[in-house]
Amino acid sequence: MTPIVKVENLTKHFPIKKNALARRAAGNVKAVDGISFEIAPGETLGMVGESGCGKTTAGRTIIKLYEPTGGKIFFEGEDITKVSPAAMRSYRSKMQIIFQDPFSSLNPRHTIGRIIAAPFEIQNITPEGGVKRAVQTLMERVGLNPEHYNRFPHEFSGGQRQRIGIARSIALKPKFIVADEPVSALDVSIQAQIINLLDDLQTEFGMSFLFIAHDLSVVQHISDRVAVMYLGKIMEIAPTTDLYAAPHHPYTKALLSAVPVPDPNTERTRERILLHGDLPSPMNPPSGCVFNTRCWKAQDRCRIDEPELLQIGASSVACHFPE
Amino acid sequence: MSIEIVDGASASEPVLGADEELKGRSPRELAWRRFRRNKVGIIAGVFTLGTLLSSLFAPFICKVLGLDPNELHLDQINVSTGLPKAYLGGISWEHPLGLLPGTGRDLLSQLLYGSRISFLVMILATVATLFVGLLAGITGGYLKGRVDATLGRVTDFLLAFPSFFMIVALAEPLVDRIQRLGIAHGNSARILFLIIILTFFGWTGFSRLIRSQVLSLSERDFVTAATALGASRTRIIFQELIPNLWAPVIVVLSLSLPGYLTAESVFSFLGIGVQPPGFTWGLLISNSTQYVTNMPSFFLIATVSLVLVVLAFNLLGDAVRDALDPKADK
Repeated sequence: MTPIVKVENLTKHFPIKKNALARRAAGNVKAVDGISFEIAPGETLGMVGESGCGKTTAGRTIIKLYEPTGGKIFFEGEDITKVSPAAMRSYRSKMQIIFQDPFSSLNPRHTIGRIIAAPFEIQNITPEGGVKRAVQTLMERVGLNPEHYNRFPHEFSGGQRQRIGIARSIALKPKFIVADEPVSALDVSIQAQIINLLDDLQTEFGMSFLFIAHDLSVVQHISDRVAVMYLGKIMEIAPTTDLYAAPHHPYTKALLSAVPVPDPNTERTRERILLHGDLPSPMNPPSGCVFNTRCWKAQDRCRIDEPELLQIGASSVACHFPE
Repeated sequence: MSIEIVDGASASEPVLGADEELKGRSPRELAWRRFRRNKVGIIAGVFTLGTLLSSLFAPFICKVLGLDPNELHLDQINVSTGLPKAYLGGISWEHPLGLLPGTGRDLLSQLLYGSRISFLVMILATVATLFVGLLAGITGGYLKGRVDATLGRVTDFLLAFPSFFMIVALAEPLVDRIQRLGIAHGNSARILFLIIILTFFGWTGFSRLIRSQVLSLSERDFVTAATALGASRTRIIFQELIPNLWAPVIVVLSLSLPGYLTAESVFSFLGIGVQPPGFTWGLLISNSTQYVTNMPSFFLIATVSLVLVVLAFNLLGDAVRDALDPKADK
């Protein structure tokens, strides 16, 4: 089966200019630096990593909200890397994004009805029974009162706003959705509701998700496979159960050991891996394996040779000394 | 929403009210509701509207009152002092605000007719400023890069320019040029000059404000969401950005309307704007300063009119901005 999304060696660098007159960039922030993966129809790929590792940039570049610097993006087998922003418009109904911050993702001057109707209007689609009917059905589907059609975003809570954002994203029944930390800004109880909603919608419409998060338990719950990112690169990509049961990459192991265990006795006695130092600057990443500055297993080889993603069982790991 | 259910029979009515509540109100209704609660805003609005209407219908009002701005009442002027013979600058039933010293013209009709030119300059200069400022601000803020840098330097240059002296120095040659080109003559040429020159030096601050707003707005997620849905630039600018620019537009409107009104008065006062036999508020105030000690009523009426109109515009602008802000529900 053709994957919905396939990414090959994708890079996204942001040039830094010292001043407005400088023609040449003073450097590049290597936000995404050569990542490759596939997402099958109906699959959810979780993407985890600490702040600044390039998760969000990766998500936005894949749906071409940013122009990729290098590499290739295939959508349903078609190469969309070089498609111009204007020509991208026809693909937009098939790929969507859900934002992290429900307070900035809705235009404060538009009513809810207008916000959710925007996809139909922009793509020039008249749904059966009219736009208003379709919008109200969508509102009901995501758990909003359809009578709140004419209300403004500020009249809703964070969780409700996130539902509005979701309704807008699913309006055109896209095949692929980038969920960019959709629950990070919400209360834990609301998080569960939103995740269940996304889960239900996926079963109903059969969409694929790229689920970006930093909360490992949330990712475990919703993902079929998980990719672990560090400094713009994928460290490990594996089926969820494998990744959580037997992490191969030292970084994955360190991340997982940071998840608290809900049993005080185990929590007190278990071994935790503490990473020392800060995330190196993405402007000037370390040579060899990017994780070598913080890895307890690092050896000379790690500082020179960059490890490739290699298959170990069902997992792919970029490490010279996998567990 | 408070619903009191007394008994089954009367409960139906409040429930109907609740249904209405759920339908939601249109943005304009909500803004109007908020505006109506603001008493100062209402008073300022009524005053502003009244002033603008009486300026517009000045000929009609003067006819009804039996006044003529050009009619001389030399018989009511003391020949030796030039002041009106009657008390209080000649305030009477026939002349509600008294007479002008020297010529004995009626002050009320002069104020009404004079306001027409003053308001014309004010409104046209503001509209032009808004247009140029919005255009430059949105272009710079949305396109960024070299376009923005160029516009920014032009703005810097104009802001650093000693515009007041420039206007004074340019008045004669430019008015002359306008007349020779045959676009307008006499006072019309001077009015046109004022509008053009006030706009030329006035749009920069507004454009700065709009640019910064557009810069911050275009990084917000709802704009990204529109892009992700495949919205065109035009749609993003007109549907996503401009509706969020109302607050600065209203602020600028409420500041630049009275600003231009006073500017017109200042330049007429200095003899650069409209000149006799035309008359504007600036000329009236200029004229009245000679009589501050001998006939304070003239000076007070002329200046207080200007202050009141400026104040009303500012207060109205404040009230409208509050009403348009969906978050300002107190």
